[in-house]
Amino acid sequence: MNQWKNFTKGFIKDNPVFVLLLGLCPTLGVTTSAVNGLGMGIATTFVLVCSNLVVSLVKNAIPDKVRIPSFIVIIASFVTIVELVMQGFTPALFDSLGLFIPLIVVNCVVLGRAEGFASKQSPISSILDGLGMGLGFAFALTLLGGIREILGNGSIFGFKFIEGDAMLVFVLSPGAFIVLGYLIALINKIKKTA
Amino acid sequence: MEYFVIIIGSIFVSNIVLAQFLGICPFLGVSGKVSTSVGMSGAVLFVMTIATIVTWLIQTYILIPLGITFLQTISFILVIAALVQMVELILKKISPPLYQALGIFLPLITTNCAVLGVAIQTVSKNFNLLEGVVFAIANAIGFGLAMLIFAGLREHLDLMNVPKGMRGVPIALVTAGILALAFMGFGGLV
Repeated sequence: MNQWKNFTKGFIKDNPVFVLLLGLCPTLGVTTSAVNGLGMGIATTFVLVCSNLVVSLVKNAIPDKVRIPSFIVIIASFVTIVELVMQGFTPALFDSLGLFIPLIVVNCVVLGRAEGFASKQSPISSILDGLGMGLGFAFALTLLGGIREILGNGSIFGFKFIEGDAMLVFVLSPGAFIVLGYLIALINKIKKTA
Repeated sequence: MEYFVIIIGSIFVSNIVLAQFLGICPFLGVSGKVSTSVGMSGAVLFVMTIATIVTWLIQTYILIPLGITFLQTISFILVIAALVQMVELILKKISPPLYQALGIFLPLITTNCAVLGVAIQTVSKNFNLLEGVVFAIANAIGFGLAMLIFAGLREHLDLMNVPKGMRGVPIALVTAGILALAFMGFGGLV
């Protein structure tokens, strides 16, 4: 039961983007379409699960004073793996996410879970926590990307359903801030009534 | 002329916060007051310039000759983290007043993606060292400009009668969106 909670808390209750407001740079930067949001979400989930697992396995071997640098090295190793894999197998997605893939290193969600959860808990809880948080992050990014794609481009996951131009501003940078602002207000409202 | 293009381009046209979405965390986190946002911008200017110089030297003289550029992400983030610690120690010894002003912001900068982002961009755009320094300083000024304007707006926002659900972060994000819209007006400049 408790393990199930570790997994599900990342979706709505402690959603990293909408509630904890962590990792906003990639959230705003890559969500020009639903596909980009999903790709970034999956990449981050992979890094989060792996780094959580390794951190919780080696937590007793790391002296307290050097723990943050050690966590960063662990995270950076997995980010490098993701970077090379994406470059090899999904070059188009790699190009459109661009700078934000190496920047997963400084995504506060990843370091935050390593420091706040995995460094104290068992490996299995840490994997579930990483998976839940990662999927919550992916869900938020896909939702934001989907809304921006529908409003700004008249398409969803690349399928165009409106002919001609839509409200292009939502695909450009101002749209990211505005859509996220209204989404957070909506989530606050849902949480209050629930 | 080329430097002029880099400067105008980084400050206005592709502003690091409002167009490239780097450094959003401090942008939202410490922009409540004008005075703290000035301190944060100063610390970013300082660290970003030094970090860009050091990472450029590492890339050119260590990673490329040895053919290990795939270690770029790991080595850059470690260098930046170590650098921030070092700057903090040195400032504490040499210039206590400056340390007093910037001190609390320095640890936060390690996880500021703007610093790592600018360092990686400098390398991937094949800038030489001087261009890299100009690029870093211009980006830091762009960050400071966006922070200052936004902090000024938020101070006014506190006094406004905002609908209940929109208070706090949501209205701040919408305000940032309108600010980004204003910056898009610089679009055709360069």
